[in-house]
This record gives sequence, structure tokens and C-alpha cells, in this order.
Amino acid sequence: MIKLVGVEKKLGGQPVLQGVDLSIPVGKLTTIIGRSGEGKSVLLKHMIGLMQPDRGEVWVGNVEISRLSGTPLNDVRKQFAMLFQGAALFDSLSVFENVAFPLREKLRMKGPEVGRRVEEKLEEVGLAGMGHKFPAELSGGMRKRAGLARALVMEPAIILFDEPTTGLDPLMAKSIHDLIVTMHRRLGFTAVMVSHEIPEIFGISDWVAMLRKGKIALMATAAEFQQTADPEILEFISVGGAVALPGSLVG
Amino acid sequence: MTNVIEQLGAWAVMRVQEMGRMLLFVLSAFAWLMRPPFRFHQIMKQLHFIGYRSTFVVVLTAGFTGMVLALQGYYSLRKFGSEGLLGAAVALSMIRELGPVLAALMVTARAGSAMTAEIGIMRITEQIDALDTMAINPRQYLIAPKLVAGILGVPLLVALFDVVGIYGGSLVGVDLLGVSEGAYWNSVESAVEWKDVYGGILKSICFGLIVSWVCCYKGFYTRQSAEGLGSATTEAVVLSSVLILVGDYVLTSVLL
Repeated sequence: MIKLVGVEKKLGGQPVLQGVDLSIPVGKLTTIIGRSGEGKSVLLKHMIGLMQPDRGEVWVGNVEISRLSGTPLNDVRKQFAMLFQGAALFDSLSVFENVAFPLREKLRMKGPEVGRRVEEKLEEVGLAGMGHKFPAELSGGMRKRAGLARALVMEPAIILFDEPTTGLDPLMAKSIHDLIVTMHRRLGFTAVMVSHEIPEIFGISDWVAMLRKGKIALMATAAEFQQTADPEILEFISVGGAVALPGSLVG
Repeated sequence: MTNVIEQLGAWAVMRVQEMGRMLLFVLSAFAWLMRPPFRFHQIMKQLHFIGYRSTFVVVLTAGFTGMVLALQGYYSLRKFGSEGLLGAAVALSMIRELGPVLAALMVTARAGSAMTAEIGIMRITEQIDALDTMAINPRQYLIAPKLVAGILGVPLLVALFDVVGIYGGSLVGVDLLGVSEGAYWNSVESAVEWKDVYGGILKSICFGLIVSWVCCYKGFYTRQSAEGLGSATTEAVVLSSVLILVGDYVLTSVLL
């Protein structure tokens, strides 16, 4: 469904993506990992057309989106939802109005149907009764949940998650992961997640891809990924304790 | 020497690029304004923010401006025995120049800086990106209503400014300094012509566009940091104010 072919991107004169080839399996949860500053979020933004590559192609279904703009790009984006790192809730709107926003603005929905769908989503993400609160009154975890409810309310085919658990304590991070997995299994959308949470991501992901020096170093199922013989990748994922390295890590 | 010329050239190219980007920004916002859905509710909300909530500061400024004009004008006119023309002096100054310029500057300081900060924070916290991902054009949803509200709201505020200022002038001139009330208002009526009024309206429309355009642009393209937001807000207010003053001269020379 999403395919990147030879994608290159420079930011501020510095090469970030240097020929990324990546196919995202339909209906699966794919996590992209890599060192900080490798360009994982930049890669994610290319998938939804928030950034355009300097070279290469980005395919969503049968549509190549890298040179699209305006209405044709918006038509492609209707399949997507995105949960941003900070949730990106509209801070002048309440939680209810945030979750209702895509229904009112995109579907022009009115009346009690809006309320019903919003309350349903808030309950699914564990925010029942919180619709009246404003984003500034919420904790980090609650903001992520509200952002997830807003992403889910349109029942999209594809959801992108940009570091959904960054800045949260381990228990809250686990609850967000559990929520994403539960929703994914129930609704069957294609999920692409950027995350640093190793080893947790191996327990929740179907596929894992690693971005290294601007290219995809490895893409495999979560189980196969952990069996890699690449020493750099092994070192990267072993920091979280997922894999026991032979010999000492010191020096 | 070559380095200096190179840096000067790079600076000039950047300024021209920025002017081009600003023009494309406002043209695309107006183009999106013409497409459905038409966001009347958003326009009314912005009109309330830019127009209604600036009323107090505009009335305060207008009142004291009229009063000080009358005070200064009275003593100048008395040298020529022309105190009776005080009403005309206050009214023409207000309607032609001070009303449009000072009202626009007050709106810049109050609403313009707030617009830049609001949009800038939305940019930094990825709320604008969130609109894009929902296939909602940020120029149509955020920017166009503000442009319309600026174009509609500032002329209304200028009209209010003119009225309050002229009354402020009468308060000082008539009640304090003893100018004949009849002479004051007669001179207002005889001196003010339709071309003075539509000149003031035309200026106020242009200034309303300048304030909302510049302040929205600076917020939309703010750099991703607190310092960037601070710079954007300052630049928005300074650039709007300078363009209002320069625009005032250009429009005055065209209208006269």
C-alpha cells in the first residue's frame, strides 16, 4: 500500500535520506527504528506528503504522491490519520471538539451522530467523561490517547504514529502500546510507527525496519529482526536488553 | 571585498524570495477562500477577536488623540483668530490620517501580535501539520478567515475611531477651551467631504489587509523554537507598522 523507491532528502544542506527503498505491508504494524537524528520522522512525513523528496518516488496504492499538491494530495490523505509526537491537539478546542473535528470538517457531519461517535472513541481510548477538558488540562498520556481517538474517529486505512510514547513513563508507555495494538487488531488498519522503545516494539510489531545512514539497513519480521547477524544492528537493539550479545559489551 | 558583496547579494536574494513567498501566501489564501466549504463561523469568530475585542483600546486611543489634537490645534489657530475652524482641523486630521493609521497600529499591537503567536505555536506544536494530514488546507481554515476579518474589521474600527476622536476634540475644544459648539460642528460639517471619508475607508481596508497578511505570514513560517516565535512576533509587529506608515504615504499621494 505504501512504497518508497529511491527516496532522497536533504535538510539544511545535509543529506538525511539517501536512497530509501521501503514497502509497508498492508494491514500490519510496521515499526521503524534507528538512531536519533537518522530521519525516521522525516521518512514518516514523506509517506503522507508532509514532505516531498528531492529524488525518488512515494507510492500510496497506485498513486505516486511526491509531486502532488492541493486537491489530488488531499484525496490521498483521506486514507490516512497521524498521531504526532506531541499529539498536536488543537489547544483552543476541548477534547470532544478535537475528536469531533475531522467528522465536522471533513464529513460535514452534524447533530447527535457526532456526539455518539466521539463518545464511543473516547471510551475506547480510556477517556470517557473527559470530553469537556482542554488539552492544557491533560497529562501527556491523556493527550496521546485523545490524539489517538481523533486519529481513529474517521476509521482510516492507514495510521502513522510518530514516537507515540516519547516522554511518557514506562507504565504509561506500555498502556499506549497496548492501546495501539488492541485498536490495530480490532480495526485492521495499516500501522507505521516510529519508536525508540526497544525491546517493547518487538513484542507489538509485525515488521521492523531499521534506518541507518539514510537507507533501510534491514527490514524483517520482529522475530527475524532479532536474529540478524549484522553487528551494528545487534548492538543497537541490545541496549534495551532484547538480545544477549556473545562476549562483553565494554570497550 | 568580494565576501561583502557576496553577503550583500545573498541578503538581497533572500529578501526578494521572502517577498515572493509572502505574495504567494496571500494569493493562495484568497484562492482557497473562494472554494467551499465557506467558513462563515470562522470569519465571525475572527471578526469578534480582531474587531470587537480591539474596541476598548481603539476608543481609548481615539478619545485621547482627539483631545490632544484639539488642545494643540486651539492654541495654533488662536494665533490667526481662527479658533472656529478647530472642528474642521480635528475632523480632517482624524478622518484622513490619524484614524486609519492609529487604529491600524493599535490593532497590530493587540490583535496582530496575538495572531502571529497563535499561528506560530500551532506551527511549532505540529497542529498545522495535523490539519494537513486531515486533508484540511490550513490556508483555507486558519488564514483566509483572518484576512477577511482584518479587511472588514479595521474599517469599522477606524469609523469608530473617527467618531470618538472628533467627540474627544469637542470635549476639550468646546467644554474646556470655550470654542463655540455651533462653530465647532459647523466647521466639521463644511470641511469634511466624501473624498476624505472614502480615502480613509480605502486606507483602512489596505491597512487591515496588511496587518492580517503580515502577522499570519510570520506566524505560519515561524522557526521551530521559542526564540523563533519571539522573533516572528516582533518582526510581524514591526513590519506591519512600517508597511502601514509607508502605505499611508503612498495612498495619500495617490488620493490627493
